[in-house]
Amino acid sequence: MLTNKLKIRLSLLAGILSWLLFTFFDLYLLFVEKYDLNVNLSEVLPQIFLTTLIVSTLFFYRYTITKADSVNFLDLLWRVFITGLVTTIGSLFIRGFFFVFKNSTITENALTINFLYNILIGLVVIFLVSTFVVWKRLILYQKTKSLIQLWTIFEYSLFASLLFDWFGYKLMSINFNTALIFLCIFALVLSFNLKWIAYLNFKQKWKSILFILLSGIYVYHFLINLHNFTETEALSLDLLDRVFMVSLFIFIILYAAIAVLVTLFNLPTSSVFERKLQEAIDFQKLSQSIPAGQNAEQTYDILLESSMSAVFADAAWLEIKDTEPVLLTRGLTEPTVKDIKDLVKQDYIKEVLSYRFNGEYSSSKIIGSLHHPDYKSIIAVPVMIQNKQIGVLVLLQEVGEAFNREMVDIISTFVNQAGISLENFHLIKEAIETERYKEELKIAKSVQKSLLPDEMSHNDRFEILGYSMAADEVGGDYYDVLEPTEGIFNLIIGDVSGKGTSAAFNMAQMRGIFHSLAQKDESPSAFIKQANAAMSRCLERSSFITAMYFRIDTKKSVMDYVRAGHCPALFYSASSKKICRLENNGLGLGILRNSEYDQYVEEYTIAYEPGDLLLLYTDGIVEAKNDDNQQFGLEGLEPSLLNHINKPLEDVKDGIIDDLMSFLNGNKLDDDYSLTIVRFS
Amino acid sequence: MVKIDTISEENYHLIQVNGEIDASSSIELDAALKEASENTSKILIDLSNLEYISSAGLGVFISYLEELKKKEVGLVIFGLKEKVHEVFEILGLQHLMNIVETKEEAVKAVNEA
Repeated sequence: MLTNKLKIRLSLLAGILSWLLFTFFDLYLLFVEKYDLNVNLSEVLPQIFLTTLIVSTLFFYRYTITKADSVNFLDLLWRVFITGLVTTIGSLFIRGFFFVFKNSTITENALTINFLYNILIGLVVIFLVSTFVVWKRLILYQKTKSLIQLWTIFEYSLFASLLFDWFGYKLMSINFNTALIFLCIFALVLSFNLKWIAYLNFKQKWKSILFILLSGIYVYHFLINLHNFTETEALSLDLLDRVFMVSLFIFIILYAAIAVLVTLFNLPTSSVFERKLQEAIDFQKLSQSIPAGQNAEQTYDILLESSMSAVFADAAWLEIKDTEPVLLTRGLTEPTVKDIKDLVKQDYIKEVLSYRFNGEYSSSKIIGSLHHPDYKSIIAVPVMIQNKQIGVLVLLQEVGEAFNREMVDIISTFVNQAGISLENFHLIKEAIETERYKEELKIAKSVQKSLLPDEMSHNDRFEILGYSMAADEVGGDYYDVLEPTEGIFNLIIGDVSGKGTSAAFNMAQMRGIFHSLAQKDESPSAFIKQANAAMSRCLERSSFITAMYFRIDTKKSVMDYVRAGHCPALFYSASSKKICRLENNGLGLGILRNSEYDQYVEEYTIAYEPGDLLLLYTDGIVEAKNDDNQQFGLEGLEPSLLNHINKPLEDVKDGIIDDLMSFLNGNKLDDDYSLTIVRFS
Repeated sequence: MVKIDTISEENYHLIQVNGEIDASSSIELDAALKEASENTSKILIDLSNLEYISSAGLGVFISYLEELKKKEVGLVIFGLKEKVHEVFEILGLQHLMNIVETKEEAVKAVNEA
């Protein structure tokens, strides 16, 4: 493919060559005619090269004149103006030549006349074609499909007229006029596409009018000049006898005239348009005013400034009762603000000013009048976030009844947008906070994980395995084992009421108590009583802990235990192959916070045999519910345990968890759950 | 989700609990108990439509035990479903609370107390 630069150069070269060949053949034919030479040369040759001259000029400008956008309308018109100026100066030289040699034979020589006329043709083509391309760009600004279709037809018809001109119909002949009228109707319809004018500001509109009017003078001048040549009657080829040229002239004049008129009539309204544009820009500024991490002050400033300029307010203040109260004033002092607040008579505005406002407000009621020496008119717009008033924007005018409903509507949109920005600002802040909490919860989780034993101490008389899963980042389940003296193991499983962070804290306290008390070889009931006393001092009133505590004596193969309100542990006897629930009486820790508690502590002893198994669990397992709202329960847990009873401990645990999960069938667990399994040998 | 209605009868307040009490809905139970404990000396709680109670919900009952005892307010709960009853029993609350089966028994119990 050819690059754009190459296309420009090629079309320029083609244009120059076409003009040279056109002039050469034109003059040569004239020469042949004058001296009656017997040369067989087609008369159509100059026609061809004139056509190629026009076409290559058109291509040249198509490549060099860029598409119209809102920035370069004036640049485009400036181009027309400058091109016109240069070409007009050229044509002035030609007129000057005739003026200087007015009575000389040289100006009566057909060859000279035609040569100069050909130069003028070149200049006219340059000016007309470049202007045509600019007009095209302007007409096709914000184009629609139908507009493009119309334009394409017009352009092709113009090209067709180039060929039509080869037949040499004279101006005012029927064929000529038919073609001309046809093209002019198109030109007229197309000339009403003037959307670009709306985008000019006041100053630019004046400049455009100036440029177009000056270009009109060039056109007039060219026409006069061409007409002068026609009158010499020495022309071998008259430009004004060509449909293409005449319709091009008419199109350019039509569009220029309509553009000037439309621009002129648009002048008075352009300030309104500019203001609307400014409002849109302010609006955009407001909505983008709080990028992450910046403060809200900027939004307040923009809100104040844009609102004031939108309604021509003389003074204003913005009050925000946020975490940090803000009072921003423009054009008045804080004492005046107080004075005005006291002076307001309308109840509705009073309500807005004193933050007693909820929900929608009526825009007609927030406009009011004042009996203040400086200010007579007031608008008070509540600043709302999520239907709650957080502030008020007040605008003041020195003259009475200065505000109208339309102004309130504009201010309301500003205030709403600012409200949204502020809300976003709050949300971003909250999101950052939440992120921080999440981070801290992660730390808490890893801390809590370290509170559960990695390895559970045991000896060769039993194996032990613990497993815990928290519903939230941190949980309240606890299990542990300690060996205070050789062959004696203290085993605990506990569950703090509730879940989440507070449960996790209590669990850590429980661990502290276990690690200090279970270091001694004491009875389970002694431990539970002391633990109740200790935990009662640090638990919240509505919190409690359930626990089950075992003292395993591996020398005697017995275990003593106390159940403190915890889910009954399951004891599997290998000899009877049956499960026994250790569901004796007992009260959760922290439920009774005095010595009365002790009377509910009951201790039992079981002797165990090799192969027996003890399963401790928390209520998260038995209370786990499936979609039908059924609990896994002991009805689910016991058969599951029996199913996996002879497997290695790890597989027993996995088996039970798998059974639980398939019971839940994808339903999420919403409580912590833990398992501790002991198998005696 | 829970729905709690308090009905003022002649000489006692009847609190009817419907649905499930978990950590979030336990606040409503707390509010109902607080209100009743301030206005009456006899509270009956109908749990016959309680489907589930979490440890946080139990915590609410527990947190009032001492206060009600001090104020000499009688509290009787009745109509517990089997699963709910089990939860109360496991925790040992039957030692500390008056739990009966029917409303008639409850009215009788609360009037004797």
